[in-house]
Amino acid sequence: MTAFRDSVETMIPALRRYARALARDADIADDLVQDTLVRALRSERLFLGGDIRSWLYTILTNLNKNRRRSLARRPQFMPLLDNNPDASGTEAEGRDIARALSTLVEEQRSVLLLVMLEGLSYREVADIQGVPIGTVMSRLARARAHVKASLEGERPALRRVK
Amino acid sequence: MTEPQIPVTEDELHAYVDNELPAERRGDVEAWLAAHPDDAARVQSWRAMADALHARYDSVLDEAVPKRLEIERLVRQPRKWIYGAVAAALAAFIVGGGAGWVARGVIGSPSTFQNFTVDALDAHRLYVVELRHPVEVEASERDHLISWLSKRCGYDVKAPELEVTGLKLVGGRLLPGPEGPAAFLMYESPTGQRFTLYASRADMKTTHMHYASSNGDGAMFWANGSVGYVFSGAVDKERLNQIAHLVYDQTEIAGG
Repeated sequence: MTAFRDSVETMIPALRRYARALARDADIADDLVQDTLVRALRSERLFLGGDIRSWLYTILTNLNKNRRRSLARRPQFMPLLDNNPDASGTEAEGRDIARALSTLVEEQRSVLLLVMLEGLSYREVADIQGVPIGTVMSRLARARAHVKASLEGERPALRRVK
Repeated sequence: MTEPQIPVTEDELHAYVDNELPAERRGDVEAWLAAHPDDAARVQSWRAMADALHARYDSVLDEAVPKRLEIERLVRQPRKWIYGAVAAALAAFIVGGGAGWVARGVIGSPSTFQNFTVDALDAHRLYVVELRHPVEVEASERDHLISWLSKRCGYDVKAPELEVTGLKLVGGRLLPGPEGPAAFLMYESPTGQRFTLYASRADMKTTHMHYASSNGDGAMFWANGSVGYVFSGAVDKERLNQIAHLVYDQTEIAGG
């Protein structure tokens, strides 16, 4: 196994997490990861060095954008139940955050997840989305406001424990 | 708690939570939050949001990676059968032709020829099953596609007209070839059967067409000048041969 393939392999769990949150459906998420890996491996000889992690997130983000574009004219199906109920106990909260994410526009969801879940810097996210840092920050601010409102709006009666 | 001199902006609150704030400004923001409960509550809600995201999705990290995502599988599996098929075809060609050394001279080293065809069939198998993004540039941008591929591949790439056999160009993409970039074009029949043409500069002398098949996929391969071609599709040899000759005629006229 080459160092390149090792680096790609190390990223698979994180890519799956990002894809799961991005696409909601576990099978679609793994499709995205598979396509990302196939592309990355096909391009091994074209990869000229640099940050493999950012590069993989970029491929996945773009593939998801394409997927959503091709789905745009079809009816949207929402799963009745999450395929993967949260194992850590706070199921209701998990479903709420997933539902709140699904109401975000694509690029805001991507920014929110890359920063808050995957821990990427503003600079890295700007490169991944091909936009200035200022755009990343305004997308992030709008995404946070939207998710906050969505969480509060859906469960006004429940107390947030933190 | 004293009010900081410069008011804290919304952007700074986000940067503070995301550890993107310059260290010298952190103290100011913390003082600001102590004096502004509304902002402090918002910052707290963003942290809770991050916790909720991790609580919901971190379990994915601990899941076993599905077999279909294993690197070894993605890298090796499509190649195994192809190596077998191409090696068998080459052996048949070399032995059957009864002129092994001549064949060697004609097509360059067998490994060049073999690698080339393996890469082509690999690409064929990979992309014909792709529903969502079989090509990078679609046929609607044919002129752009051809000039882009020509520029990157370093020869005059042609997209043959195959309408007489019922095939329409879907589009194309750039792929890494054994010795440089390869042009990859996809065609589709009215019933959705897909054919691909893989072409790249390669150290091969002009040769006649040869045929290999395995698991229902067939490939015609030949070299013309310094460019090697592999035309692949899941049809019988006669049909593949008929279409491949159309490709051959049109790429030969192009002189590349």
